[in-house]
Amino acid sequence: MAFPQPRPKGTQLPKHLLRTVDCQQGAVRAVRFNADGNYILTCGSDKSLKLWSVSRGTLLKTYAGHGYEVLEADSSYDNSQLCSCSSDKTVVLWDVATGQVTRKLRGHAGKVNCVQFNEEATVILSGSIDGTVRCWDTRSRRMEPIQILDEARDGVSSLKVSEHELVTGSVDGRVRRYDLRMGQLHVDFIGSPITCICFSRDGQCTLSSSLDSAVRLLDKSTGEMLGEYTGHVNKGYKLDCCLSDKDTHVLSCSEDGHVYYWDLVEGSLTLKLPVGKAVVQSLSFHPTEPCLLTAMEGHVQDATLQEVGERQVVVGGEARASPAAVLKQHRLVRVIPQPEVSHLEQDGVESARGFRAAGRSDLPLHMPLGSLLFLIVTSFPLFLVEV
Amino acid sequence: MASDDESNEDFVTYGTPLEPLEEDEPVRKPIPVHEQTVKDEKGRFKRFHGAFTGGFSAGYFNTAGSKEGWTPSTFLSSRKQKSEKQNVRPEDFMDEEDFGEHGIAPREIVTTEDFASERRDQLKDKARAVSFLSALIPGDTGLLDELIAPAKSSIGVQLLRKMGWKDGQGVGPRIKRKQSKQNTDGAGKVYGCVLPPTGSEESEEDDDEFAPENVTFAPKDVIPVDFTPKVDTHGLGYRGLNPLQALSGGSGSGHINLFTLHSDKTTSLIGDKRSGQQRRGGIAGQAFGVGAMEDEDDDIYHKDTMSNYDAVLGGEEPGDGLYGWTAPQEYSKKMIESKRDAAYLGRILQGFTLASKANEKKIVYPPPDLPRDYRPVHYFRPVVDSSSMSPIVAQALQASRGHLSQDTPQQGRHTLDSSQRREMLGETPLQGPSSVFELLGSKDRDKLNDIRKASQEQNRSERDLSSAVDRAVVVASAKAAALQAMSSRFQSTATQLDPHAQSPTSQSQHQPSSETQMALKAWSGPTANAGQTFKPFEKNPQKQARYDLYINRLKQGDRDALESSPDSSMTEWERGREREEFVRAALLYKPSNSSLSSRFTRAKHEDDTDSVEVTRDQENDVDDKQAAVNMKMFGKLTRETLEWHPEKLLCKRFNVPDPYPGSSTVGMPKVKRDKYSVFNFLTIPESSQVSKPPSTSTSLPPMALEVSHKKSRWDVSEQGSKPKDPLSAFISEARSEVSTAQQVTAGLKSQTESPQTSASPEVEVEQSEGQKTGAEEEDVEEEARPPMDLFKAIFASSSDEKSSSSSEDDSENEEEMAPPTSEPNKSIVGSVDPPISVQVTPVLDISKVTDVKHPQVQSVSSSEMAAQSSQSSANVPAKSGGLNEEEFGPRLPPPGLMPPAYSPQSRKQKKKDKEKHKAKKDHKHKKEKKKKKNKKHKHKGKPRKRVEESNSSSDDSESNSEAESRVSSELLQRLKNLRDKR
Repeated sequence: MAFPQPRPKGTQLPKHLLRTVDCQQGAVRAVRFNADGNYILTCGSDKSLKLWSVSRGTLLKTYAGHGYEVLEADSSYDNSQLCSCSSDKTVVLWDVATGQVTRKLRGHAGKVNCVQFNEEATVILSGSIDGTVRCWDTRSRRMEPIQILDEARDGVSSLKVSEHELVTGSVDGRVRRYDLRMGQLHVDFIGSPITCICFSRDGQCTLSSSLDSAVRLLDKSTGEMLGEYTGHVNKGYKLDCCLSDKDTHVLSCSEDGHVYYWDLVEGSLTLKLPVGKAVVQSLSFHPTEPCLLTAMEGHVQDATLQEVGERQVVVGGEARASPAAVLKQHRLVRVIPQPEVSHLEQDGVESARGFRAAGRSDLPLHMPLGSLLFLIVTSFPLFLVEV
Repeated sequence: MASDDESNEDFVTYGTPLEPLEEDEPVRKPIPVHEQTVKDEKGRFKRFHGAFTGGFSAGYFNTAGSKEGWTPSTFLSSRKQKSEKQNVRPEDFMDEEDFGEHGIAPREIVTTEDFASERRDQLKDKARAVSFLSALIPGDTGLLDELIAPAKSSIGVQLLRKMGWKDGQGVGPRIKRKQSKQNTDGAGKVYGCVLPPTGSEESEEDDDEFAPENVTFAPKDVIPVDFTPKVDTHGLGYRGLNPLQALSGGSGSGHINLFTLHSDKTTSLIGDKRSGQQRRGGIAGQAFGVGAMEDEDDDIYHKDTMSNYDAVLGGEEPGDGLYGWTAPQEYSKKMIESKRDAAYLGRILQGFTLASKANEKKIVYPPPDLPRDYRPVHYFRPVVDSSSMSPIVAQALQASRGHLSQDTPQQGRHTLDSSQRREMLGETPLQGPSSVFELLGSKDRDKLNDIRKASQEQNRSERDLSSAVDRAVVVASAKAAALQAMSSRFQSTATQLDPHAQSPTSQSQHQPSSETQMALKAWSGPTANAGQTFKPFEKNPQKQARYDLYINRLKQGDRDALESSPDSSMTEWERGREREEFVRAALLYKPSNSSLSSRFTRAKHEDDTDSVEVTRDQENDVDDKQAAVNMKMFGKLTRETLEWHPEKLLCKRFNVPDPYPGSSTVGMPKVKRDKYSVFNFLTIPESSQVSKPPSTSTSLPPMALEVSHKKSRWDVSEQGSKPKDPLSAFISEARSEVSTAQQVTAGLKSQTESPQTSASPEVEVEQSEGQKTGAEEEDVEEEARPPMDLFKAIFASSSDEKSSSSSEDDSENEEEMAPPTSEPNKSIVGSVDPPISVQVTPVLDISKVTDVKHPQVQSVSSSEMAAQSSQSSANVPAKSGGLNEEEFGPRLPPPGLMPPAYSPQSRKQKKKDKEKHKAKKDHKHKKEKKKKKNKKHKHKGKPRKRVEESNSSSDDSESNSEAESRVSSELLQRLKNLRDKR
């Protein structure tokens, strides 16, 4: 029995609370989806890093080994490794399955604010309060960084990696984009200390939030400001911002306990989602679905993790469908973990349906839309059968 | 084998040389084995001769029988030539290779047997050895040959014989006995005791005395020393196992004696033969037993005697005759010395002898007596010029040490003033006023006193100075004072009070002139020594010459030494720059006191640190960027693109080709900059330490700027954001007048670049600020206003309500004044997305819904909230917590803390405010909304439609990834369009 796939809607925002998880690890400093969005990483101020399952909402593993609170974490594309950084000045590479420390990288002079894998998890990039970004090799046994980027004149608060680019946000109020392919460094002056920086999903823009309570969308190539999003409160704390799964909305944490949604183009406040009463410190958007994770620390005992999604609205009439069921249905889509491929499959399904409706003679009509896609899909008999 | 013909005929080269490699040439493939052929010098394929000469010939690889290969010779009948070919020698079958150096029958010039020395040649030896083994009766033939062979003497011996030489005589002219004796005496030089004549010699001599005078004797024969080189690795005297002897069947004593001497051997050999013991063949020897067929099993177990081995290092004394002239020295002397040793009463250790000469006795001098109050460490007393330091420090010093250096009487005669000198000399004091002061009227004196007091006051209140000009002046003066202190530290004698040291603030109004003064003062002193001065411009001799000239002028006390530097080719700017440099250098490398300079010497090794590595592209000044950011003109003004070299490995890991394949630099490219350049020294005045070496000072300027900015940033974040709202509103309006703004920034730039002002950058910052404010007068008040906290701290809590409300009013006024073009987005919200905002979960209370509906109100109120929260007591713990942690960068929220905004009190207030604002703004916004809407639709009706289409289409049928990507690119496009239209 095969359900027709739920169609992705144009702009759907996560608005409903799916689940609140008490992580029991002090304040949750950062919360991150893994690459395919099936798992969650939470960095706690009790020196632990925890891995959760999205579908079951259960704790899978606790990674202990840091000497001070964990500030950020990232997972590799194949889910085999994790990296995390901490106030103890170290970056740690974890083996997911065993929970052992694969490598403990020392070298930063201060607490390490941010850490990222590159696309193939061959390099770990870490930015620290000492103003440097260090590139660590995960392939060799060398414990020294490959390169140290010390251009920042103040602490590096945030960093993101794309295919061949590295963008860093620094407290000196500058966004630096290192283009490895061109061998260039682009410096954009924002003025106010930057708390979070991220790429848009299409890789054309950078989004930066700064301590003047503004989130700015900059064109990557020219440095022009495409949009400025204000209204939230971000004056003293390191808060996250991000873009929604299809780059339609800009999201930011706020110190007043809300998550703010702005329309990317209009720049208008679309939604102000109440999360709690404390500062919303970290958030992460699901790579493919409208699903949002927020972290807010209450008291040390009840640090909460909220997963906000709107999936149940799509699937059925139930107000609160169990997310597991929802995700099970969607596992069909997620046969292949890469987000692009899952898009392709969905598209393939769509065009295949068209194929069935119109018959064989209709084939050329569909070809221009996604001839290549169609070919790909035919190699997956599963979907043809499904339709 | 080919010898290099052209260049060096002296050398013989073997093999064919490799072709010289050219770099561009592509790597050639190696020739496969089956195509590798060897040719001789004539180009023929070379044949390898069997196993002995190391190879195989003519097979597949050598292509025997192939077209270009070797063809086997065909049969030719030699029947008719039989008679001719009677005597065929082996040479007839050899070619030139065989005759060659490495052939089987090399032809070379050899001395013939007649002329050869008695040494047998090795070839024959070898042949004999082979025949020795292979002969029917092995061992016998060689010996027989040896015995039978006629005695053969070499040509030299024959010649000698013909000349009258007889065997057993020495070679040389015949001599008389006496002479020969004398000769021996002369030759044997003996130290110490003279050798007593031995009996035998004496008898000889006695014989000689009876010999007739005219009889001459031949000289004594000399035993030739055998210099056979030692080629084996055995120990000295050890012969090792001779395989020939061993295999020939334990001939002799049944076992092989490794220690037999030559004489023994011969006798044993002969003895063997005599005994006629039959050699049975087969292997026999010490290690091999006796076969069953053998009768005798005697003596198979060899008993080695310990007498064969040395028990003592050094060995026993060999017999007299064995040592020729190579005998060790000690041996020849031994006999004598042993006699002398007898005189020594004590026991002499074996191997030791008494010394021939007594040792000279060493005289040890006792150390000198130290004076009682001697201290082994010398203290240099710090010398501080009281004129240059603040009175407080002087006092402290005085208190700690009891006296100031100036007060010490042994300071030297220069420190005495004329009256003291007069007293010492006993002269009568001069008539008339002793000081200029006395000539002045009382009024004038008071005035002078006032001035001095005022200047001292100023000195004291340095810290409270607020205006930047004053600050710069103070910094400069502090600099001057520090320099002064330093100079006085090294020049203990230069303690005369000089006017501008006492009141530096007044003097350093124009700093360069004061510096020239100081330079003049430093160099015009008597201590200046041209030979010992440091040459800062050694690399550039012309410049150094000019500098020397300048220094000379300074020494002569020339006040305008700078102006008179002769140089026609330089531009005015260059000259000015050089002047500046000279003054700096003169100040930095002041002549040191002779006593001090004698303690130091110039460095032997020149350290190559006169250039400093600096990143080539510095991110330039923040000011104009900040201005651009304030005007929200992101883009070219805020963007900088620099060259950056990623590490090669990093590129590899990122799967990206190296952008700079040739270069070895990593990171930002660095440049070496001259250490002694004005631009390095120019920054000195603003850095507070003079003692820092110039290398560090070069890196200072950006840092110093940065520091000041860093400091301000955290304080400013609130304060800067407050005036920002009206500012942004204003700026969005002003965006149309980009050109004027650019002019302003250009002006700023030009000002920052002018070298004149750079001596005091803080002033410059202030000025640029002033310029900005000139451009936008409204902001002046806002920016100049100190942060709220300050107000709060100063004024009581009762007044802050008022002040905050007044500030609100201000901002509102400004907002009203500014046309709200910056808010179209906000005004649209209500119309575009109302359903979304309604969908909020029931957790929300109504007030928040209204928030969503009227975001602009909310934003205003939130800013108010912030202002209030900064005052409210609820916020205090959070702030103090953050401060206590001393974190840098954005803080992390403390675990478990309620945000101040949600304290009930503030919420109430918020509501009130909100209502107020709503009432105020509603009517205004209604109007503007309409206007905006129309405008918006006109402007971007098209793109909006498309979006809606995409939305709707995705709703009913399909949205593929292409469409999605299109959406994102569309978004970009639309954003850009929006911006343009605005």
